[in-house]
Order: sequence, then C-alpha cells, then structure tokens
Amino acid sequence: MTEENKENPESLSRRKFIRNTGYTVGGLAVGGVLGSLIPLGIAKKNEKAENFNQALMYFTPEQFRIVEAATERIFPSDQHGPGAKALGVAFFIDHQLSGDWGFNAREYMQAPFFVGEKVQGYQGRLKRRDVFDIALREIQNHSMAVYKKNFTDLKGDEQDAILKDFEGDKVNVTTISPSGFFQMLRSVTLEGVYSDPLYGGNKNMDGWKMRNYPGSQMAYAQIIDKDFKKIKPQSLQNHMGH
Amino acid sequence: MRKLPKVDVVIVGVGWAGGIIASELTKQGLQVVGLERGKERKTEDYFMVHDELRYALRYDLMQDLSKETITFRGNEKVRALPMRQYGSFLLGDGLGGSGVHWNGQTFRFLPYDFEIRSKTIEKYGKNKIPAEMTLQDWGITYDQLEPYYDKFEKTTGISGEENPLGGKRSDKYPNPPMKKSPAMKMFEDATKKMNLHPYMMPSANLSQSYKNPDGIERAACQYCAYCERFGCEYGAKADPVVTVIPVAKKTGKFEIRTHSIVRRILKTGNKVTGVMYTDVTTGEEIEQPADIVVLTSYVFNNLRLLLMSNIGKPYNPVSGTGVIGKNYAYQVIKGNAVGFFNNKEFNTFAGAGALGVTLDDYNGDNFDHSNLDFIHGGIVSYTQTGMRPIQNNAVPGGGPTWGKEFKDKSLKYANRYLAVAAQGSSMPFKHHYLDLDPTYKDAYGDPLIRITFDFENQDRNLATFLAGKCADILKEMGADHIDSLKELGPYDITTYQSTHNTGGIIMGADPQTSAVNNYLQMWDVDNLFVVGASAFSHNSGYNPTDTVGALAYRAAEGIMKYHDKGGQVV
Repeated sequence: MTEENKENPESLSRRKFIRNTGYTVGGLAVGGVLGSLIPLGIAKKNEKAENFNQALMYFTPEQFRIVEAATERIFPSDQHGPGAKALGVAFFIDHQLSGDWGFNAREYMQAPFFVGEKVQGYQGRLKRRDVFDIALREIQNHSMAVYKKNFTDLKGDEQDAILKDFEGDKVNVTTISPSGFFQMLRSVTLEGVYSDPLYGGNKNMDGWKMRNYPGSQMAYAQIIDKDFKKIKPQSLQNHMGH
Repeated sequence: MRKLPKVDVVIVGVGWAGGIIASELTKQGLQVVGLERGKERKTEDYFMVHDELRYALRYDLMQDLSKETITFRGNEKVRALPMRQYGSFLLGDGLGGSGVHWNGQTFRFLPYDFEIRSKTIEKYGKNKIPAEMTLQDWGITYDQLEPYYDKFEKTTGISGEENPLGGKRSDKYPNPPMKKSPAMKMFEDATKKMNLHPYMMPSANLSQSYKNPDGIERAACQYCAYCERFGCEYGAKADPVVTVIPVAKKTGKFEIRTHSIVRRILKTGNKVTGVMYTDVTTGEEIEQPADIVVLTSYVFNNLRLLLMSNIGKPYNPVSGTGVIGKNYAYQVIKGNAVGFFNNKEFNTFAGAGALGVTLDDYNGDNFDHSNLDFIHGGIVSYTQTGMRPIQNNAVPGGGPTWGKEFKDKSLKYANRYLAVAAQGSSMPFKHHYLDLDPTYKDAYGDPLIRITFDFENQDRNLATFLAGKCADILKEMGADHIDSLKELGPYDITTYQSTHNTGGIIMGADPQTSAVNNYLQMWDVDNLFVVGASAFSHNSGYNPTDTVGALAYRAAEGIMKYHDKGGQVV
C-alpha cells in the first residue's frame, strides 16, 4: 500500500477509513473500494493551470451568449455571490448537450409519436439539443419582435419579460413547447449551479458555498446528532488523491 | 438455439428476491443459475458516488429506457403512451437490482393488511368497500409471515426499535436505532406532546458494525447522505450484493450470468421446462433448462414474462375474471407538508436513507374510519435522507421559482426547511391493471407493459387527510410557515413519487381470484414461482422491501418443499 495522501490532511482519509471499518464475509471479500484506492496522480495544488474545460462542444458563440444571458436571469449574481454566468453554467449546459443528455440517449425515443395528455409526459421526437436550437432561435425572434433588439442586448427586466412569455406559453411556437423548454432551462441551470464542479459549472464550489452545502464528504457520523455547523466544502476531485 | 445443460433452478433477475432465493437454495445443495439482464455491481463501483447529477438526475443506476420502458394511461379511453423519460418511479437494473439504490426503510406491514377485506367488513360492514375496489385478503396472516420478516431483518441487520402500534414481534431488531438528528428530536418531541406514538424508523443502514447469521460482516453507516438513487460505498446499507449474493456464491452452487435478458419462459403441458434468454453482448438466443423456474425481477418484468409466455389467465378488467395483471397498486405519496423555520438552521445536508422518526397512528386501521371517506392510511414521518442541493430548493408560499427573489429565498431557506411526509397506502380497483401494450416494443421487439391507473376518491381523501396531519405536526414543531398539499390531482407519470409498484401476480387462498399461493407458487404451474411485490394484493402505507424479503424467504421454503415432494405445496 502506498503512503496516505498528505495533501488533504483535513479530510478523512478514505483508505484509512475503510481499513478501520473492516468489511469481509468470513474471509471472502464482498467488494470494498480498497482495490481502487491507488492515487491517480492528479496535478499538484499550486499549479495554476488554465481552465481548458471552458470551450464549446456544441453551441455556436451566439447560442452560448443567449444561454449565458438567460441563465443569469434565472440565477443572477447578487449579494450572496456569483450568478449562473460566473459559475460557468452556460459551459455546463453546452457540455451536457454534447453528451447522453443532449441526445436523449437513455430515453425511449421510438415511434410512433402521438400527442399525449400532460400526465403522460414528454412525447416529442426532438432531442434536447434540437429543442435548444429551436428555442434559442425563437428567443431571439421573440426578442426582435417585441423589442427590436437581440436578446443579449436587452436590459435585465426586458430579458425577464421574454423568458416569462416562454414560461407562460405566451409565444407562438408550434415545434416545441415554450414552457417545456423554459422548465428544462430552469432545471439545467440549477444543475449547473449545484452539481459537482467536475461538470464545468459550480465554479470554485461557489454554488455550494452560497448555501453552506459541504459537497462531497466521507462521513457525517460525528455531526449528525449536533446542531447545524458550517463545513468547508470539498468536491469529488478530493477523493482522487485517496 | 443453443441448449445448455439442465440445472435444478433458474432464477430470473438477481436483486433482493433472486439473491434470497439463491442463497437459501444453494445452502441446501441445489444448483442455481441466476440470469441478470444488467451488469455486475460491486462496492468499488461507488468510488465517485457522491455525485447528485450523475446518479440522482441522470439515473446512472437505473434501467436504460431507450431499451425498455412501460406505457401509461389514466384510463381505458385514453391511448397509452410510453414513459419516455423517468419521473414517477425509477426502475432498477444490474446485479442487486433496485436493492442497490433503495433507501433502506424496512417496515413490516400491519396484521390488518393481510386480512384487510375481512377486517374491514367485520368492523365497518360491506358497504365500507366501494363496489369498484377489488380488495382481497392475502391468503396468509401476519403471524404466519412473522418468522420470515424476522429472518430478513436479521440478514440485513435492521437497526430500529419496536413500533408501539405494530404487529407482535418474536424478537427485537438485531441492531439498536440510528442516531437522532436535532430535527428528528423536534419531530419526536412534538408528536409525543400530541399523544402520538413516534419511534425510530427501521433502517437497513447499520447503526453499528454487524455480523449477520450467514457470517456476513458489514460496517456502520456514516450518514453521508447519499442513499436513495445511489449505491453504498461502505456496504453499510444492506443490499443484495453485500448480503445474500456472496452467501450463495460461497456455496459454489450459484452461477450468475449477467448481460442475460430472459425473454420467454418455456412450457410443456402444465410444467415449465426452463427459459429462453438473449446474451445481450452477442445477441445469441440461449435455452437454459431447469426443474424449477423462479421469476424474481421487478413487478413489470415478472408480469411481462408470464403474459409473453402465455402462462396463467390474463386479467379482464371488464368481466373482472382472470388474474394475471390484476390489482396493480402504487403508493399515495403526495400527502405531505413542508415547514419553514426563519431562525433555525438544520444539518439536513447530512443523513441516511432510512434515518427518521415515524408513527403509525394514521396507518392501517389504527384509527377509526367510521366517519372517514377512505380506508387504510399511511405512516407519517420526518426522514433525514440528506438534502442534496440540485433537488432541494423549496421556497415558502409558492413564490417565484427563478430570478432574484428565488435565489435569495432558496439560499436563505436551504438549511431551514423540513418536510413531514406521509406514505399513503394504495388500494386496488377493478380498472387499475397491467397488460401488454398493443403498439410499443422493447429493443428486442417484445411488447412493453401497459399501466392503466389513476388516483381515486379513496386516494384523494387519504392524501388530504394525511397532509393535514403532517401540517399539524409541523405547527407543533414551531415552523414559521407551512405549505401542505390541498388537492391530490390526477396520477402523473412525470413527477417522482415512489418506486413502490405492486400487484399484477397476486397471492391468495383462491385460484379463481389470485395467481400464486402463499408460497408464491403459481396455481396453474407447480414448478413456477413468482416472487416480489408483484404478489401484493394491495399496497400498504409503508415501503415494501421488508415484505418482499419475507415473502422471498417463504418462497424459498416452498421451493424446497416442491423440490422434495412435488405438487402444490399448500
């Protein structure tokens, strides 16, 4: 076994933890993460690398700017801390659209397609990336129709009004459901704010810090029966050293 | 089709039911093959498990819906359409099945549940049961099932204390209750003051390290807050992969074949002869002959296999005859209330799937229903499963769900709200059933299961009643603002409620009205057993796993009886 990782003295060592808790079936190992606990050699802490993650996998620059502006209205920067833009939410959404989620890869997309009742859920044939393409174009169209300006050139409350028209199905779009798109945009914005930073959002764990969420901790056994206490957050990357 | 050598028993699906059957039968020397359509699972898979996006929002451990889903409609006049994306319930997949990503809440049903029809008529008269409600006794009593509950609770190492309003126990839980968080203490104090009967939720998350009767040792729960939708990195949450499956494997008599999807049960005369499955990695169709076939997959696949293999008499919702597909039930989960506390923060980021305080005062027939327009009820609990940040952003009073005010309030209340929730029972109705969809197919060209189900007056009345009780408790707990359910609305496949789908292949004492006997042996086919919540004649106001586990232990006993003597074992 290799040495304990010295870089994260404050966190409970995963390897030590498992060793101490013991975990066997009469001599027969039933699993355990022991075998996978060889340090993977992540970059040293003080190396200030560029964030190579912040580039586009799917959006055009124009689409990216619309998403950045719209998500900032959903989760704005304020006295608590950064908004969606500074948290990297638009990058997060871009990256998500380029993978399984954008392709609806693990969802049933077989024909025939029929219009269903609301309680039957999404019945469209379009994938999320198609829905985004159409919706972002329609946001721009609606913005031009109402204000004769690009969405990204509008003032905050004007952008809100455009988004509210989508939320309330008050725009005339037939290929997608405007409110369905808005709900998806809202959900994926919160995902970008609060998911582990490994996905490109929640930059610097600031989403978690604003709500005093400790992120990924190995154990709360020592505090579960105590009153609320702020705990310094850590992300999944922290486990890689163990 | 390649035909393999015959084995004593083939089981279809290796989750709780399959794992229990395999461990019990192999211990007694039978040769068992387990066919599992998904992949192998082991504890080290969960190295990166504290990932809300991957597991809770992208459903990493769940069945891939692009290959197979169900179709749904509220009633027979509507065209059923596929559940294209997850919502109402989450289907398990892979070794351990849903037993990998459950919360570990392990309740016994009440004595009342097993004799629900008789007891309802006895106390309230026949008219208490609406004409359309196909309420049945289970063909077994609580006392008959008690030893099997005890066995499952010892295998899994349930941590808990006696339910003051529950059925009689032959022994106490094998482990003491889990720790009590400050919020749990508040719930306990408030409900005691209200003369209710709170007790610690029976939990499959171990309160201490534990060695079970099979010699399996597991570590104590760390309250890391990632249970539901996640696998346990410590093995502290009982799941089939860290309890019963290794026991079966150790005998050398259990062979698990993963990536093997069973597509037909093979039958000659009134006996089954084995199963046909597809190796999903090669596409090859293979025949596995066996003396005994045991279906141990989820409700929907147990049923689908019977219907596709023309075994048993399909249920006809018009005439009410036939049994396969009958009495599909669910759970009434929305009867709850959320309390916001302006001046108190809670450690709700911590928790465990079955960490909670619960009470049975409004469950079963523990309260008088004479002047109520429903039967049964549900548990009322405060459960601290861990409030992960993407999915927990409640704001008081139905304010804006985005923008400046939303951000401000959702951050303010992030650690300042508690939900008191009821888990309502679900009664069977004549027109709630499962059958094969006429249109939609899975990745192999086989028909999907079609669900016809909606909420009834029974459910609506139950939900608002229980929501009111939840709100009363939050008031006593000192919440500054309380939001509670006012109206249940129609059943909706898009919002998560509970993965407690039940019925379809129900147990009973009469072959005319039930599909399996009380050892879960098919009435029509002596060497076919169907194990799981598919046997429930209705669903109680609890999580179903303890009862599934107990029935699986009983079925294992029935299978041994059949193996020794043949014929119907009842």
